[in-house]
Amino acid sequence: MAAEMGGAPLLEVRDLAVAFDTDGGAVHAVNGVSYALREGETLGIVGESGSGKSVHVLAMLGLIPRPPGRITGGQVLFQGRDLLSLPEKALRRVRGGEIGFVFQDPMSSLNPGMTVAAQIIEPLRIHLGLDRRAARARARELLDLVRIPNAAGRLDQYPHEFSGGQRQRVMIAVGIACRPKILIADEATTALDVTVQAEIVALVQDLKREIGMAIIWITHDLGVVAGISDTVQVMYAGRILERGPVDDIFADPRSAYTLGLLRSLPDLTRGRAGRGRLRQIEGAPPDMRVPPPGDPFAPRNAYATARCRSEMPPLVQAKGAAPGHLVAAWYDLPEILSDEAERAR
Amino acid sequence: MSGIDRDGAALLPSPTVVEGRRVPLPREPGTLRAFWRRLRARRSAVVGLVIVVGLVLMAVFAAWIAPYDPTETDWGAVRAAPSLAHPFGGDEVGRDVLARIVYGARASLGAGLVSVALAVSLGLPLGLVAGYAGGWVDGAIMRLTDALLAIPFLILAIALAAFLGPSLTNAMVAIGLSATSTFVRLTRAQVQALAAEEFVEAARSVGNPPWRIALVHILPNIVPAILVQATLTIAAAIIAEASLSFLGLGQQPPEPSWGAMLNVAKNFLDQAPWMAIWPGLSIFLAVLGFNLFGDGLRDALDPRGRT
Amino acid sequence: MLQFLARRLALAVPTLILASMIIFALQQLLPGDTATALSGEERDPEVIAFIRDKYHLDRPLPVRYGYWAAGVLGGDLGESIRLQKSVSELVAEKLPVTLELACLAMLVALAIGVPMGILSAVRRGTWADTLANGVALWGLSIPNFWLGILMILLFSVQLGWLPASGYVPPSESLWENLKAMAMPAFVLGNAISAVMMRHTRAAMLGVLGSDYVRTARAKGVSPLRLVLRHALPNAAIPIITLGALEFGQLLSGAVLTEQIFSVPGFGKLMVDAVFNRDFATVQGVVICTAATYVGLNLAADVLAAAVNPKLRRA
Repeated sequence: MAAEMGGAPLLEVRDLAVAFDTDGGAVHAVNGVSYALREGETLGIVGESGSGKSVHVLAMLGLIPRPPGRITGGQVLFQGRDLLSLPEKALRRVRGGEIGFVFQDPMSSLNPGMTVAAQIIEPLRIHLGLDRRAARARARELLDLVRIPNAAGRLDQYPHEFSGGQRQRVMIAVGIACRPKILIADEATTALDVTVQAEIVALVQDLKREIGMAIIWITHDLGVVAGISDTVQVMYAGRILERGPVDDIFADPRSAYTLGLLRSLPDLTRGRAGRGRLRQIEGAPPDMRVPPPGDPFAPRNAYATARCRSEMPPLVQAKGAAPGHLVAAWYDLPEILSDEAERAR
Repeated sequence: MSGIDRDGAALLPSPTVVEGRRVPLPREPGTLRAFWRRLRARRSAVVGLVIVVGLVLMAVFAAWIAPYDPTETDWGAVRAAPSLAHPFGGDEVGRDVLARIVYGARASLGAGLVSVALAVSLGLPLGLVAGYAGGWVDGAIMRLTDALLAIPFLILAIALAAFLGPSLTNAMVAIGLSATSTFVRLTRAQVQALAAEEFVEAARSVGNPPWRIALVHILPNIVPAILVQATLTIAAAIIAEASLSFLGLGQQPPEPSWGAMLNVAKNFLDQAPWMAIWPGLSIFLAVLGFNLFGDGLRDALDPRGRT
Repeated sequence: MLQFLARRLALAVPTLILASMIIFALQQLLPGDTATALSGEERDPEVIAFIRDKYHLDRPLPVRYGYWAAGVLGGDLGESIRLQKSVSELVAEKLPVTLELACLAMLVALAIGVPMGILSAVRRGTWADTLANGVALWGLSIPNFWLGILMILLFSVQLGWLPASGYVPPSESLWENLKAMAMPAFVLGNAISAVMMRHTRAAMLGVLGSDYVRTARAKGVSPLRLVLRHALPNAAIPIITLGALEFGQLLSGAVLTEQIFSVPGFGKLMVDAVFNRDFATVQGVVICTAATYVGLNLAADVLAAAVNPKLRRA
């Protein structure tokens, strides 16, 4: 995939699978996810709750609680090293150093008992080995960089003294502190007001230009993805159902699930999927303790065929779509849609 | 946001990660059966239940189990070491220690049950009223329980027993009164939590009178929490009765009580240590049994968290 | 912060007043004539007359409470008829002994309970967790007077290492004092250590599962630093507040512990008073206990507020 686009992949996920053990049996949260991320690429991963979009990135950096979490298979190559077989100590050097994180809820994701300075300084001292004074000076620069006014005066304040948007800026400062190769933003704007969301997205894009890092932007909001990503990847029930260049995904969706997501977007003005009524996807995600044998979306998919219900389709290049536009579907969505349009006429 | 609970699965950092589990679990047809299944699955709870049932049987059938009359003295058995005739030995006036242990279960379990029953029957209505009525009634009841809680449990029980006069009955009353505040508080907290729930809201909106809402809609839902607390309080009450009897403020001689037996035994530690071993072990087992059972009950009734 | 303190104080005062009313009302439980009952062993009409006068027994109950409460506020806790001493004097004499015992016991409880709680939370679900929980349940279920007896059997009767009873003031010999206090402090601290372990475990589990701990892990923070710098300070607030509540348990337990080891403290004073029907002393001890307890809770709230940055700045 990334190889097709030229350039060696920075991160390559191969057949990653994650399960959680519960009283009711193992929950298969991630089921064989494979993709690659180029240097400087922004990858938007979209999916609803339970799609495995967050779990799989947390799992690859050893951030899911184990037990009950368990990585049941796969490899994650970061600059050639398999993160999954890395000892915890070496993995710690990657986390926060080469791969930075921004989490969803800036209220609960910052330590309420530590000053903002202490929290920004931490990765600087751990990964860059800066002394206290240098780290503090750098922390001040970082607060400037994420555009917090009067940075010097706010270093010694506690998170509760910042507004929600400012807290997320602090989180971002922590995430980029060591100039990571990859910044993973896990629902980074979900908890924020719409206007603040836009500011944060703009900030991250500026920082990306400045630092030249790759970004994995995880969200359930296709709208945010459209504005920020180079590549979009749609996940459902622990699998990738569709993946491709952002414009192509929006203009020419090949998975019924992607189509459903696009149709549930209110003010989408581009692409043919945007036309028509606002629709909700009927039904609920499958019980992941007993994943369905075929396409996990088949039970909710009006276009599903018998084969969809019995056999999982592979993720392959979509016929007639832009190169790198992959889909996992037995049915041919454009064909079905044009038939539908025909009949409607 | 982070869900923590006892059954492992939910120790996940955030809801986004818990997603995978957000599937509705299939509901068991009989909730009581489901509860029993969960209880049985916890080995420690079963051990607790076995101990408790064993002790209750021992107390009920004491007359058949005990080899001697617990108050009968035998000068030949004064501080006698354990033997075939007296498996647990003899006490300072030659009474059979085993017989006294068996009969002592009556004082311990009786005190535990009676005092907790008293505490519940006082605390539950007060808590219901406080939680549901709110306002100054709530304020008055809460200040009163605060005041009672300001006096440490055993100190209050000792003081009450002292002024009431030493006897097992008074000890039970003292322990029951001292434990009442716990139940007032618990009931009130539960009622307040429930009063905000939608089904109570709904019951209110169709014009149910307050007493009916409290008794029909709220009370049944707080029974599990009360039950768990009651079981754990029985454990505390058994220790309290033993403590009062140990101090001489509970069961009066020559009637047997484990606490009182220990009180005497401590004077003969170097000559007759068995006098101290058995009663202490009995108290320990009884308390352990109720604690284990109560902990298991809590987990089985509320798999999501602590009460 | 000041506002928070004022609010807590505003709650503590009525609580104490009500508690004192309850303690005063205990007198009414005495069978027969109050003055005769209060006189205890004494049947001297002169003493009874003195008591009747002292407690204003010819006046209605609320007025009597008023006199009594005024006395208590002025430091007059009544007279011990039997010991011919003022109760305040007795309390002042015995309180330091019990406080020493309670503090040593709390030290034991913290030293055992907190590390055990941290360990079982960090190693949740492993054998270490199971073991720690087992030890805690054991500690909760073993009556401390029995544990005391067993320890005397082992360390005094069998091994002869520690004195079975007696008390040496620290001013006389600190070493002997600690030797005499070792067993009582351990026995008293034992049950609390189990409770502290459970509190610590619960608080640590809550914090370890929090988003900011995940953030710290995502920064590459080492496990040791994670526990000590990120988790423990945030878990400390509930540990402190709940720990202070255990002081009540400690004072209760002291009564028994002092009885077993013949430590001449508060608890022993109370029990002796109970048996000598020295009711003024009983009341005095109880009211001092309640005041100590309420005061400690207040102190714990202040401490917790001092640790919590949100309250510190407020």
